[in-house]
Amino acid sequence: MKKVMVSLSVMALAASLGASAKDWKEIHFGVDATYAPFESKSADGKIVGFDIDLGNEICRRLKAKCVYVENDFDGMIPALKAKKFDGILSSMSITPKRMEAINFTSKLFNTPSRLVAKAGAGIQPTAASLKGKRIGVEQGTIQEDYAKQKWAAAGVEVVPYQNQDLVMADLVAGRIDGAFQDAVMASEGFLKKPQGKGFAFAGPAVNDKQIMGEGAGIGLRKEDTELRDAMNKAIADMLKDGTYNKIQKKYFDFDVYGG
Amino acid sequence: MNGFIDIVDTYWKAYLWTDGYKLSGLVITLWLLAISVFLGFILSIPLSVARVSKNKWVSKPVWFYTYIFRGTPLYVQLLLIYSGLYSLDVVRNVDVLNSFFKEGMNCTILAFALNTCAYTTEIFAGAIKATPYGEIEAARAYGMTKFTAYRRIILPSALRRALPAYSNEVIFMLHSTPIAFSATVPDLLKVARDANAATYRSFEAFGLAALIYLCITFSLVWVFRRAERRWLAYLQPRRAK
Repeated sequence: MKKVMVSLSVMALAASLGASAKDWKEIHFGVDATYAPFESKSADGKIVGFDIDLGNEICRRLKAKCVYVENDFDGMIPALKAKKFDGILSSMSITPKRMEAINFTSKLFNTPSRLVAKAGAGIQPTAASLKGKRIGVEQGTIQEDYAKQKWAAAGVEVVPYQNQDLVMADLVAGRIDGAFQDAVMASEGFLKKPQGKGFAFAGPAVNDKQIMGEGAGIGLRKEDTELRDAMNKAIADMLKDGTYNKIQKKYFDFDVYGG
Repeated sequence: MNGFIDIVDTYWKAYLWTDGYKLSGLVITLWLLAISVFLGFILSIPLSVARVSKNKWVSKPVWFYTYIFRGTPLYVQLLLIYSGLYSLDVVRNVDVLNSFFKEGMNCTILAFALNTCAYTTEIFAGAIKATPYGEIEAARAYGMTKFTAYRRIILPSALRRALPAYSNEVIFMLHSTPIAFSATVPDLLKVARDANAATYRSFEAFGLAALIYLCITFSLVWVFRRAERRWLAYLQPRRAK
């Protein structure tokens, strides 16, 4: 009887040690593969994208294997908590509200917001330059918040739209003088397409941590602090040794890491 | 309940009249309703008389107009006027048209007024057709000209009898105003969407909008009920004294 007790408790001890000292042979990431160029599915069904390349690089540095699990974006946080995967790698912005529920690594990228206008319009994303102009924004975005807080009071006419397509349509039609949105979206979804001909980014990227947040990171469970620290180190290392730059050049012609 | 109070606390101004920079919410919704119903009413009176004319060259164009505007969704009409017309060079190159169609508000009022005018024309035309023979014969017997007969007898009688159907049209128009935001007009529902996006409290954000719409509808019903009691009194069963 005693022997049995001892061996049982040894087993229990071993099991508990195993759990806490889990050295992450495999890391499962939740991905919503509908957001090119960050994460999407290639024609042969593989999940690809900037986030995925970063994830693979992080796994390589942690000597683990990356496994990607598809999940809808709105169900990511509950699924992470239910241990369906260990991290959310899906362009999830780091916001105070989400920080209440989960943890984040340091940021992976911070896609800037930029103004798009007719090429050669000569406007800048500042209240002084835009005074008296009409600027379209999508309702409910951080860009709308920013434009209303920083520009509207100074005499810029900020026009919210139901969705981004309508903003772009009115920009082309000439109803608005500029459109203010995510730079990557503008470049991939508009400027590089036929309807974006004759339009260009106007002025530099706009960054405002207070209003626009600090970028997107990997979402992790609160208790997995070792994993977070290890990932943060990997991210810092790849930023330092130039690997990050090499990966981002594959996708973007500007700096997505942000200042 | 707390959610409701939070949203009312933060957004009550935006729901009722301003988001801090521009008019928004209830004021915009009421303005859209009032101006489009007013324009539609004024236009529909001559149009409904034309609609019942025996001259085909007069009645057929009006029939065609109401057929088009009652045969397509208002949303499509708004998109056609707001996005469609403005994409034409003809519109953009003429200064007057350009400055008119550039404003989302103008496009919305135009679409709403044309739409409600089409329905109102048919309602009034139906009421004119249903004018009792005796009334018209009496007018003729008095030697009234056609114009005088319309002015004194047919239209007052027809408009009264059209009241119940017309009140429905006004309420339908109110319920059509939420599409105005497709043309960037910040109506009541747009504010509700703002509140929803910012707080994730969908039930409270849209519930508050629904309550406000209900209040407007009830006020409209009340006003029309009073109007009917006054102008349709002669059609009501007699009350015992």
